[in-house]
Amino acid sequence: MVKISITVDGERHEDEVEPRLLLVHYLRERLGKVGTVVGCDTSNCGACTVHLDGNSVKACSVLAVQADGGDVTTIEGLANGEWHPVQAAFKECHGLQCGYCTPGMIMAAVDLLANNPAPSEDEIREGLEGNLCRCTGYQNIVKAVQLAAEGGAR
Amino acid sequence: MIPAQFDYVRAGSVDEAVSALAEHDEDAKVLAGGQSLIPLLRLRLAYPEVVVDVGRIAEMHGIRDDGSHLVIGAMTTHAEVITNELLRRHCGLIAEATETVADPAVRHRGTFGGSLAHADPAGDLPAVALALDAEFVIAGAGGRRTVSAADFFVDYLQTAIEPAEVLVEVRVPKLGDGWGYRYEKFQRVAQAWAIVGVAAAVRRSNGSIAEARIGLTNMGSTPIRASAVESALAGTGAGEVAAACEAAAEGTSPPSDLNGKADYRQHLARVLTRRAVTAAAGY
Ligand SMILES: Cc1cc2nc3c(=O)[nH]c(=O)nc-3n(C[C@H](O)[C@H](O)[C@H](O)COP(=O)(O)OP(=O)(O)OC[C@H]3O[C@@H](n4cnc5c(N)ncnc54)[C@H](O)[C@@H]3O)c2cc1C
Ligand code: FES
Ligand code: FES
Repeated sequence: MVKISITVDGERHEDEVEPRLLLVHYLRERLGKVGTVVGCDTSNCGACTVHLDGNSVKACSVLAVQADGGDVTTIEGLANGEWHPVQAAFKECHGLQCGYCTPGMIMAAVDLLANNPAPSEDEIREGLEGNLCRCTGYQNIVKAVQLAAEGGAR
Repeated sequence: MIPAQFDYVRAGSVDEAVSALAEHDEDAKVLAGGQSLIPLLRLRLAYPEVVVDVGRIAEMHGIRDDGSHLVIGAMTTHAEVITNELLRRHCGLIAEATETVADPAVRHRGTFGGSLAHADPAGDLPAVALALDAEFVIAGAGGRRTVSAADFFVDYLQTAIEPAEVLVEVRVPKLGDGWGYRYEKFQRVAQAWAIVGVAAAVRRSNGSIAEARIGLTNMGSTPIRASAVESALAGTGAGEVAAACEAAAEGTSPPSDLNGKADYRQHLARVLTRRAVTAAAGY
């Protein structure tokens, strides 16, 4: 077992973990942060996307021990009393159907807008290329990110 | 899936990493960004007894100017490579190819050195390193040695790095005045991996190509230096590039898989080489 100390959604946690524990399982099973989901076994789908020290990462492809000392934001830490502008835009534009890809999609979109506050449609599609959606056909997801950008999301 | 159990060593220095590896030899694996290794652990295609994390070794991070070369620390992430000014100025081909690697989240973790050490022939950076005559600085129990790109890529997923060695940094000659470059990649829309990729660096003088360096992605079990087409391109003007690029697939034996058969890949290599060279030469 390895001792780790991680800040998640503003709260600090000290824990002992097996080295093989994936960050996504640490978040879901130890901390109960089940807003972050697992959609694949191959690091392809992006459903598990969170921010680690301010950058989007696939939480299924990071060991909890690698995140030791780090600062993690999950979909559950995004709203601050009211919806984050990207969450509000997904609701407004109907940017989801089953909703399984949505936590990762929103975390990827927030990262994209932090680096590029006024992305073109192509830049949005490229910025979200690591996130797969089996329902929407992406159209309304792109619209939601455009709306959030126009509304000055971060 | 959940990886098999392993012990974890977080190395504080290159020496610490090397001695941890030496202690366990074939049963230990280096962990860099984890974007290839962790998926393999999850699928239990890899099951090392010990994982040696080199992610926090300060010496292995960052890019520095060393006169004729840029020195890229093995742990420099794809995202850092893309935004680095030195690299964009002197080795822009690396930045251009790295922009096509995977997706933003994977690029935040995956590293330049990890991509080269992993040596997936479908990976984009091995062919680029080969085309640019990069040199690999490898640390082991006996000290450090430098291996040329031509000797580094040995076979499918196999490099000159021995089990108890660590890739510390990669030295890449700067492309000086007169050089142009292009990475051309053909892929399925929903998958970042190249079906075929071509890395081209071209030096023009007096209106024709004086020197061309071409590396091929996914055209064999290692990245390939396309020397036949390099010779054919020497001295060519704009009108002669297409004919010269017919030699691009010479001597290759690419894989056949569900994305394309070998002869189709050879066709792609010729077409993409023509496009890459034309763009690199500014024709
Ligand atoms: C969804 C997805 C899409 C991808 N698409 C692409 C793509 O389009 N093109 C592309 O080129 N790549 C792609 N990749 C791979 C990505 O570029 C990885 O970052 C890269 O292959 C490995 O780098 P890493 O730092 O993550 O290495 P790790 O996964 O940590 O290590 C990979 C291997 O290299 C060894 N190793 C790593 N660093 C060292 C070192 N310093 N010394 C000795 N051995 C070392 C490890 O032991 C391991 O065997 C993709 C990955 C994913 C998950
Ligand atoms: S669960 Fe699919 S990428 Fe992480
Ligand atoms: S809304 Fe169902 S997967 Fe995207």
